Amino acid sequence: MANRIPRVPVREQDPQVRAHNFEEVCYGYNKEEAMLEASRCLHCKNPRCVGACPVGIDIPGFIARVVEGDIAGAAAVIAKDSSLPAVCGRVCPQESQCEGSCVLGVKGESVAIGKLERFVADHNAAPAVVPEKKEGAKKVAVIGSGPAGLACASDLAKLGYDVTIFEALHKAGGVLEYGIPEFRLPKEKVLKKEVDEVRALGVKIETDVIVGRTVTIDSLMDDEGFEAVFVGTGAGLPRFMGIPGENLCGVFSANEFLTRNNLMKAFRDDYMTPIHAGKSACVVGGGNVAMDAARTALRLGADTTIVYRRTEVELPARKEEVHHAKEEGIQFQMLTNPVEILGDEKGWVRAIRCIRMELGEPDESGRRSPVPVPGSEFEIPTETVIMALGTSPNPLIVRTTAGLEATRRGGLVADENGQTTRPGIFAGGDAVTGAATVILAMGAGRKAAAAIDAYLKGKEQ
Amino acid sequence: MFKILSKEMLTPGICKMDIVAPRIAASARPGQFLIVRPNEKGERIPLTISDYDVKKGTVTIVTQRIGASSAAIVHQEEGAFFNDVVGPLGNPSAFVDKTPEELAEARYIFIAGGVGTAPVYPQAKWLHERGVAVDVIIGAKTKDLLIYKQELASVCDNLYLCTDDGSEGFHGLVTAMLEKLVAEGHTYTQAVAIGPMIMMKFCTLTCKKLGIPEDVSLNMLMVDGTGMCGACRVTVGGKTKFACVDGPEFDGYEVDFDEAMRRLGQYRTEEAQEREKYGI
Repeated sequence: MANRIPRVPVREQDPQVRAHNFEEVCYGYNKEEAMLEASRCLHCKNPRCVGACPVGIDIPGFIARVVEGDIAGAAAVIAKDSSLPAVCGRVCPQESQCEGSCVLGVKGESVAIGKLERFVADHNAAPAVVPEKKEGAKKVAVIGSGPAGLACASDLAKLGYDVTIFEALHKAGGVLEYGIPEFRLPKEKVLKKEVDEVRALGVKIETDVIVGRTVTIDSLMDDEGFEAVFVGTGAGLPRFMGIPGENLCGVFSANEFLTRNNLMKAFRDDYMTPIHAGKSACVVGGGNVAMDAARTALRLGADTTIVYRRTEVELPARKEEVHHAKEEGIQFQMLTNPVEILGDEKGWVRAIRCIRMELGEPDESGRRSPVPVPGSEFEIPTETVIMALGTSPNPLIVRTTAGLEATRRGGLVADENGQTTRPGIFAGGDAVTGAATVILAMGAGRKAAAAIDAYLKGKEQ
Repeated sequence: MFKILSKEMLTPGICKMDIVAPRIAASARPGQFLIVRPNEKGERIPLTISDYDVKKGTVTIVTQRIGASSAAIVHQEEGAFFNDVVGPLGNPSAFVDKTPEELAEARYIFIAGGVGTAPVYPQAKWLHERGVAVDVIIGAKTKDLLIYKQELASVCDNLYLCTDDGSEGFHGLVTAMLEKLVAEGHTYTQAVAIGPMIMMKFCTLTCKKLGIPEDVSLNMLMVDGTGMCGACRVTVGGKTKFACVDGPEFDGYEVDFDEAMRRLGQYRTEEAQEREKYGI
């Protein structure tokens, strides 16, 4: 009977309206809707969703509590494995993880696990259990306040350690603050609440400290008494294409464009930050960052086109973001690759010259790699170009810390528990793997917290 | 929050501030910069460090009121606080890595213009304290805009002043002054130019003509200052560099100044709107 109920649709802001504001797109379930959706779960004996969750949340377990209307109970189940449920419920690629493995999805629609997780996190009123302060607790430094750092810090605080997070920017949250826009992850309502919960555990957050410049890992360990360090500095360096015209005025990295708008609140009249979307914008790339940049440019008043070299099937972005972007009126130019950015006499962008692509033979990754179609060049007139081609880890910490090694692609060398090439220093998240997802970073932060605990206990003996 | 320990107006539009920031003071070296976010709604503004005092735990900045954001710094009073001060950012000047033998042979000429005069001070001081020969040229439109005269006089061998209108010192541009010095027989192994982009462009042309190697300090637009945004990209030797992490100092011979000037003006329209809004 239960599985005959269709997936409960989630209420969203009207696309025509939201294309002009930065309010959250999705309103989320209310209790009634959540309980009805939760009742669709079949409680499989062998729940594939749990196996597909990078941190192994007991999904049927928390859904069972939602069915009963026990939100605090559901939150407690999730909290065993996740420290950022309100964030993950919003930004995880559920269709390729939990929901993608849901049995109901084989013949119909999977349970809306992400939306249920979000519901639980948003409606849980139970205060976090604050760990007892221990005298003489060992000091641990966490570098970076993104998902990896927040997760690592909260686990360490729960274990009784004296934890300080060092953040280079003026606000905590990392990519959740500077990268993901307000309309997908509200900062005050959602992110600040989750950061405040980490603070409530006793974690200190020092902003405006760039480890590698203001202080170094060695000065933290030698002079400030930190006995272990977790590096969760993410992957913040933007890539460019290396094509002619990339330094024209009006060409931005998605990082710059999004940071101006998200961290620096350029969309708000009462902030001083300038931003330039132009009347028309082209965003190059097909990931979540490309969707975020495009939908931001649209909201700032630009006719926006996404230019991507493969087809829609290969778009790495979450399906929901692509769907939302289309609803809002973003144009998609697939199988198209820029070869040059053309400027006017004042040095501003006027168009991008592109070449049509076709999919060739599959490469090592199994994806069919795009190859240019000779003689197919054409121009797309545009006032701005936003490059969303992926990011790589910042080399600052590797360069300023003896004994730390990085791979050729810039990621820190670390084992599965986050142990780097130097004792006492651990790392996880995008700083190790290169740009990936919030949930993987969070999982890595939690594994490293356990490893740091073991390391410090081992040192004691 | 970072306290403004002292404030002094050097000209009606340029102020000098000592800010309490012990960690930055302890780590700063000549040539590096910091970022100030004056208040919750302000921009992050990159400023080259003009001095640092480890004992007092302070860093010194010199700021010119140009737009709404720099006004938010200049209009703050002694005893008030800035929301954020972060640094030191960028690489120190090339000379800090030189050996004493290399420095013993060196003769430095600093060419300073406008508000860029102040960050010459920690550089000249560092060299002067190590016995390196240092001359300094300061240029300004008129004598009231010449700043840091006494400070620089105390850390160099010869200080030369120039004004465009001849109201003090040599009547002419810093480049003409440099040519004059060389014509008079002064020799320099290294020039460092810090000032408006247009000044650094012409200093570079003059240095090339005179065969003096030259570094310039590029104060580009930035958001984070740590390599994240790429707003500060400049073409140096045909390659794209980020001024924040690859600079801020570059070999002037290799810099594409015309592109850098265009990129500096990228938000001119938006900045004009802000000035109007705040009545500046």
